[in-house]
Amino acid sequence: MIQAHDSVIVLTLGRLLIPLVQLFGLYVLFFGQYGPGGGFVGGVIFGASMILSILIFGPSASYSKVAKKVVHGDGLGLLIFAGVGGLCLIGGGEFLNYAALEIPGLEVASRRYVGIMLTQIGVAVDVAVTVISIVFSLSSNDEDSHA
Amino acid sequence: MTFSFEIPLLILLILTAGGAILVKDLVPAVFILGSYSFFLALVWAWIGAPDVAFVEAVVGAGLATVFFLLTLFETAPKDTRLHRPPPPWAALLGLPLLGFLLLYAASDLPKFGDPASPASVHISPVYLENSMHDTLTPNVVTSVLMDYRAFDTLIETVVIFTAGIACVLLLRRNQA
Repeated sequence: MIQAHDSVIVLTLGRLLIPLVQLFGLYVLFFGQYGPGGGFVGGVIFGASMILSILIFGPSASYSKVAKKVVHGDGLGLLIFAGVGGLCLIGGGEFLNYAALEIPGLEVASRRYVGIMLTQIGVAVDVAVTVISIVFSLSSNDEDSHA
Repeated sequence: MTFSFEIPLLILLILTAGGAILVKDLVPAVFILGSYSFFLALVWAWIGAPDVAFVEAVVGAGLATVFFLLTLFETAPKDTRLHRPPPPWAALLGLPLLGFLLLYAASDLPKFGDPASPASVHISPVYLENSMHDTLTPNVVTSVLMDYRAFDTLIETVVIFTAGIACVLLLRRNQA
């Protein structure tokens, strides 16, 4: 169903824009503690950049190879999020009480900071993978199975 | 006096919302819905919620449009059987009544940004005052989402995960 676009303008702009969008997604993800943004938006922007590459270059292009692999990571983000909570349990605190994270040489506030960052990464991974897998399942085509 | 963007923005919002419902062809309807999301994102940014504006612009205008278009191309983009019967008189009578009731109830809501409203006196001051000291995070939205209210966010992540799994299970056919 989805094939590579045949216009030079679209292909060139895609090559220019997709890395920029990915960079912006990472910025939004890691700047979420200082400005607007955070795990959810960062993950969605990162996933949208991969969807853009699927739509522009087609699912079989080398640009989209990563996106195809990403689909197998479903649940990884949830594992990161819940895993941070579990580490807090191991550290002797309550579930998701980041002050109990066992990181040597860090104050309580810094531990909470690290916990927030790790869980944000978890949310971002989960959202990005979900978005890409929805696009792949919506565009699952008969050509693939026949070929 | 500065030009106020509020009224044109809200008019555009209502126009695009109505247009998305009334347009017969489904592909233009999807694009009008995307523009509606953009105007809604501007409204969020205008009332001081840039986080929500971000999500609305990316998810509502970007991803939802892509999902709708992919669905339309997989099914039938030009559905000629799309005949809308005229609305029943109960809807014509009841919906304006409901809207009037909601507007009447909305006059009892606290004013926008009122510092004495229940939402801003109960627990938000605790978050606002302690976020920097507790978590070194200046953006209170992030610290509330990810630390003070981390359980809610965890369950929301589970919901997103479940939605993705359900889509894959229902829609992926013929693939090993």
